[in-house]
Amino acid sequence: MDIIDRRANPHGKNLGNRQRVLSRARAAVAQAARKAIDQGTIREVGQGQAVTIPADSLNEPSFHTVFTSGQRQLVLPGNREFSTGDRLSRPRGGGGGGGSGSGAGQGDAEGEDGFRFVLTRDEFLDLFFEDLELPDLVKNQIVNVEISAPARAGISMDGSPSQIDMSRTMRRSMARRIGLRRPKTPEVEALEEEIAALEESGADADRLVALRAELDLALRRLARVPWIDPVDLRYRRFTNVPKPSARAVMFCLMDVSGSMSEQMKDLAKRFFLLLHVFLERRYKRVELVFIRHTEVAEEVDEQTFFTDPRTGGTVVSTALAEFLRIQRDRYPQDSWNIYVAQASDGDNSSSDTRQAVAIMEADILPIVQHFAYIEVAASAAMIRGETDLWRGYEPLSQRAPRLAMRRVSERRDIFPVFRDLFGRKAATA
Amino acid sequence: MNGGLLYSGADWDFRTLSRSYDAIERIACEELGLEVYPNRIEVITAEQMLDVYTAHGMPLTYRHWSYGKRFLQHEASYRRGYSSLAYEVVINSNPCISYLMEENTATMQALVIAHAAFGHNHFFRNNHLFRQWTDADAIIDYLEFARTFIAGCEDRYGVAAVERVLDAAHALSRQGVHRHGGARPLNLKTDQKRERERREYDERMFDDLWRTVPGGRTSVDTDPIGERRRRLGLPEENLLYFIEKISPRLQSWEREIIRIVRLIAQYFYPQPQAKVMNEGCATWVHQRIMTRLHDTGQIDDAAFLEVLHSTSNVITQPDFDQPGGGVNFNPYALGYAMMTDIERMCTQPTEEDRAWFPDIAGNGDPLGTLRYAWANFRDESFILQYLSPAVIRQFRLFRLMDDTSETTLLVDAIHDDAGYRAIRRSLARSYDTSESDADVQVVDVDLAADRRLILQHRTRPGRLLAQRDAEATLRHVAALWGYEVRLQEIDSDSDAVLATHTAEPQGA
Repeated sequence: MDIIDRRANPHGKNLGNRQRVLSRARAAVAQAARKAIDQGTIREVGQGQAVTIPADSLNEPSFHTVFTSGQRQLVLPGNREFSTGDRLSRPRGGGGGGGSGSGAGQGDAEGEDGFRFVLTRDEFLDLFFEDLELPDLVKNQIVNVEISAPARAGISMDGSPSQIDMSRTMRRSMARRIGLRRPKTPEVEALEEEIAALEESGADADRLVALRAELDLALRRLARVPWIDPVDLRYRRFTNVPKPSARAVMFCLMDVSGSMSEQMKDLAKRFFLLLHVFLERRYKRVELVFIRHTEVAEEVDEQTFFTDPRTGGTVVSTALAEFLRIQRDRYPQDSWNIYVAQASDGDNSSSDTRQAVAIMEADILPIVQHFAYIEVAASAAMIRGETDLWRGYEPLSQRAPRLAMRRVSERRDIFPVFRDLFGRKAATA
Repeated sequence: MNGGLLYSGADWDFRTLSRSYDAIERIACEELGLEVYPNRIEVITAEQMLDVYTAHGMPLTYRHWSYGKRFLQHEASYRRGYSSLAYEVVINSNPCISYLMEENTATMQALVIAHAAFGHNHFFRNNHLFRQWTDADAIIDYLEFARTFIAGCEDRYGVAAVERVLDAAHALSRQGVHRHGGARPLNLKTDQKRERERREYDERMFDDLWRTVPGGRTSVDTDPIGERRRRLGLPEENLLYFIEKISPRLQSWEREIIRIVRLIAQYFYPQPQAKVMNEGCATWVHQRIMTRLHDTGQIDDAAFLEVLHSTSNVITQPDFDQPGGGVNFNPYALGYAMMTDIERMCTQPTEEDRAWFPDIAGNGDPLGTLRYAWANFRDESFILQYLSPAVIRQFRLFRLMDDTSETTLLVDAIHDDAGYRAIRRSLARSYDTSESDADVQVVDVDLAADRRLILQHRTRPGRLLAQRDAEATLRHVAALWGYEVRLQEIDSDSDAVLATHTAEPQGA
């Protein structure tokens, strides 16, 4: 007989099998994801609701018979009141062709049910974004290589000499010296002096003998009990604490002037939500900044951003300037990945477009990871290529690949646009 | 030796386990006369137990999504608290591996050692089904070979191609066993050798020239159909075997994978046929051993109460109208009740027992009688032979006649003199797997012509195959066969065709 402790064996034997399930259900997952977005439930998805996927593809068929008609006999336990010849009405669900005894119906139907399982939000999103990749991956590499910084974590008995904690070490040393009654140097010196004095005077020989013995003992003690013993040593201990260095900030810029209808704002909102969910996958920490603008721009909270209506003209450069101000104040380029998503109907006061483009080119595009401009429009209102802002940005986007621009006119356009913007660019970079 | 407790309290360590094992082994082997494979006891965590579940208790398997699916199901229901994990899982192998959960108390560890390492182990070693159909010595090695081989195929031919074959073979695994004639023992060496020879043969016989020969020989095959079927060994009920040997399109590695699935299905073939007996045997043995441990003062009253509590939980049989009840019996309850009843009949028979079981009533040898039953029966025959009126009364069994032409169900037998035999016969029949397994056979194929494979399902009206599953399975058959497959459902009395399904291989 052997008794073997297997608890320390590698766990997660079924990870590979689990991944195979997911990859098999991938088609169903993608379907469910698109459906979720089409039906406007992406917000709930973003908040961590699980998605249930009907998985016909996970059905394991086999040849098995089903009782539909004819005669059969069933033996059941727990008879309390029946005698031979009694007739019972069929239990619910057992009528007609699916005739069955108590509880038998469930057994028969078993093979028919599709297997359903629930993906966690993370798995859902992983599948959802699997073929998407951020365009500028320079800073993004930080996500994979975790940066850690040493942080104080108590004391330890060993370490490098440079980390000796002097005060602790000395405290222990002193306690030990006192405890072991190591004579202090002045005491020894006093003894020696007294002995010298006695030897000189020659008086009190007994006292001299005692003092000599005492000195002898003290010297031996001094030799035996070291000033600093290895047991006294204490070192400062450091552990490496991972640093959430992969931070991103996402600026949402939106035109809230009168020309933006509720429907347009709704489209823009969907885009922002999707982008946010996406960035959350990539970065440990994602901050959101909402900037709305009409003739003037201001930073607002999310609620206000999407719900509070404003009227007025449109000056896009104010929003860009506000973005730059906030970025300089709070999100220095060397420690933040900066993403900007701008949604607008394309209107701008014609004199401002030139300035907006200039700010874009000179100040904004060099510091951002990505600038997504989407133009939303109620389906018929958009005239292709003719809006002020589009005309302005278009040549810029030819030169700067970080600026991506797309048009969205219906809710179901969002996802394809999103894929376009962030989809893997085949070997262009 | 018998003085003093083996342990006290709930905590255990490896010395406790070892002491308990020794005490249990003394009772099992000396007093009960059990014959067991050498034991190996492995202590695992809950998470590892989930892994073990997933693969039907096999310690290692090849990779396939269906195991992942099962894992997800078990994990979900465990995490939400819908179901708790088994205290143990035991594997029919030599040495016999029992998995114990680390969460168990000392008493539970002793109980599951008695249950699994001696009860189940004795049953595996002695029951004729297991002796005849499975080879406990070779199974672990064979699984290792299967895993390595399939992983190798995945590297060589791609995961998708291997998965396609595995999916199809899994779908047919119920039709992949030889039900007659016993199993040939597994042999790792010969299996590896055969696989190597197959590949060498393929390489040797490969000649690109054949591709360029125009036309090909004209067949002058005037064989009558009967001759053709005789040569192919038709009808054949083992679909996987037939496909492995005859299918014209499969690569040799695909044949080997089908063979692996087939042999593993064969290994599991006895399990559902002897579930009541297997669990009954293990429960009876553990209860007996724990009682003896208590009698001899090796466990204290608290521990014994825990044993009683646990056993009575396990052997609860809900009535048909209670939650969890229904047509499915709790195999622990039925098995344990029947075995306790056999013990009673041997030692304290009533007049009724003497009339019903003259050969065992009062023979004074309950252990010998039980060992004989454990060795020589399966659920169906065990119930037919040993279900006594006393147990029928204890469970208050009754029989319902379900006739779909009637609007009501008829109670046609209850636990009285007129009903005992009818109930016993029907209950035994419900444990006959040949009643519940679909009888699908290969009946014809003309390899020289269109190569259409004809399958037959012999059945009765009103008991057809579940259609969606049947068609999906048939597509798997077509994928393996490579040509059209037709399945006819035939009334076994009148030979009338009740239904026909066909499937074409995709992309052919």
